[in-house]
Amino acid sequence: MIAIIDYSAGNLTSVARALAYIGYESCITNDIAKIKTAERIIFPGVGAAGSAMNSLVQTGIDHVLKGAFNEGKPILGICLGSQVILGYSEENNTSCLDIIHGSVRAFPDGLTGNDKNKLKIPHMGWNRIKIIKPHPLLKGIQADDEFYFVHGYYPDPDDSSHIVGVTEYGIEFPSIIGSNNLLATQFHLEKSGRPGLTMLKNFCMWKPC
Amino acid sequence: MLSKRIIPCLDVHEGKTTKGIKFKNNIDIGDPVDMAKYYYHAGADEIVFYDITASHEKRGIMLDVVRRVAETIFIPFSVGGGIRTIDDMRHVLLAGAEKVSVNSAAVQHPEIISQGAEAFGSQCIVLGMDVKHVGKSDTIPSGYEIVINGGRTYMGMDALDWAIRGQALGAGEICLNSIDADGTQDGYELNLTALISSHVDIPVIASGGAGALEHISDVLTIGKADAALIASIVHYGTYQISEIKSYLESQNIKIRKNW
Repeated sequence: MIAIIDYSAGNLTSVARALAYIGYESCITNDIAKIKTAERIIFPGVGAAGSAMNSLVQTGIDHVLKGAFNEGKPILGICLGSQVILGYSEENNTSCLDIIHGSVRAFPDGLTGNDKNKLKIPHMGWNRIKIIKPHPLLKGIQADDEFYFVHGYYPDPDDSSHIVGVTEYGIEFPSIIGSNNLLATQFHLEKSGRPGLTMLKNFCMWKPC
Repeated sequence: MLSKRIIPCLDVHEGKTTKGIKFKNNIDIGDPVDMAKYYYHAGADEIVFYDITASHEKRGIMLDVVRRVAETIFIPFSVGGGIRTIDDMRHVLLAGAEKVSVNSAAVQHPEIISQGAEAFGSQCIVLGMDVKHVGKSDTIPSGYEIVINGGRTYMGMDALDWAIRGQALGAGEICLNSIDADGTQDGYELNLTALISSHVDIPVIASGGAGALEHISDVLTIGKADAALIASIVHYGTYQISEIKSYLESQNIKIRKNW
């Protein structure tokens, strides 16, 4: 069973529906016992870092997630789930889980595009990724595949060896990060059509060594 | 860099689309779930559903459509039409839509935008604007006025002021429909679109008037729109979404070409 962690961070059913579509059962839960016995964990989320971390700490899920990471259980973070795994977020000045050392940063003001027009924040819509290092979850992903993003902050690991992929939006920012049995995407796999479903399926079959 | 989005719009009445897709072999599909699935696989970047069901008792049908769509397509889709309360928004989002759009309810009660953004996040809240060109005046300095009831009721509100106010209230996106251009297939209202786009920081979806490929490229360049809403041009089989995207790419407009 795949546990989708429910920490009051919005739109979790879309991840469950995408898993059902590709033939995997999941449960949306904040029950620590269920998360502990799950074979895999998906850690999604839309919302703000401050309230998300409050909820994780109150429920004790913060410890369960760190434990699952140390045990080597496959974990997939999505969107806010790719941010709160770092040490600190500029959003609401929040201390986070620190599974991967680093910070979550706001896009700087005044970014401009190729046409010199001001770029809109949040970064919302379809964009590409540049793969920095190969990863089993990226099997079948092509260079010009695009993914759906909605975010005003991005993850910035201290150690660049944790950066799996980057995306360009005025600056080049890490859009896929990972460490051992954890991979996290800033974009929404469940809303990214074929390539998103491909990565979800790869995760469902992933056996990290 | 972000791709410009191509967004088919489906009008739904009591659970059925009002314009089905007409294929060249005269086969029609008119079920909104089948149409959404078709456009998802054909390369749509997002889908907009507009519920024009008038009868209050029959509005629940749309929620069932939304649930079935959410099980079938895995790109963002939004639902508008008849969204009047925070509860209406919640039902549609829980049924699986990514975004809700508010139009006349927001004109009458602007606080619904801020309440929606507070409850669900700005990224969920699309401000739909129906606009008519009326010429510049003291009350309408931009020359574009907000209308409701399909253009029959003039609201005495300036479209540019309303767009800026909608953004300040927390709208995450604007869907800008020119009532003058809507249904003409003569091209989008480029002046209006460029005016609004250059004065707000949130994305603008241009709506109304697409009949030819250059209309779409024009609104994404001259009109500075982030996305183009399309209806008849694809529903009647004039062009496939892939043909539209190939054309845009030939005009050096970045689009999502793999799906």
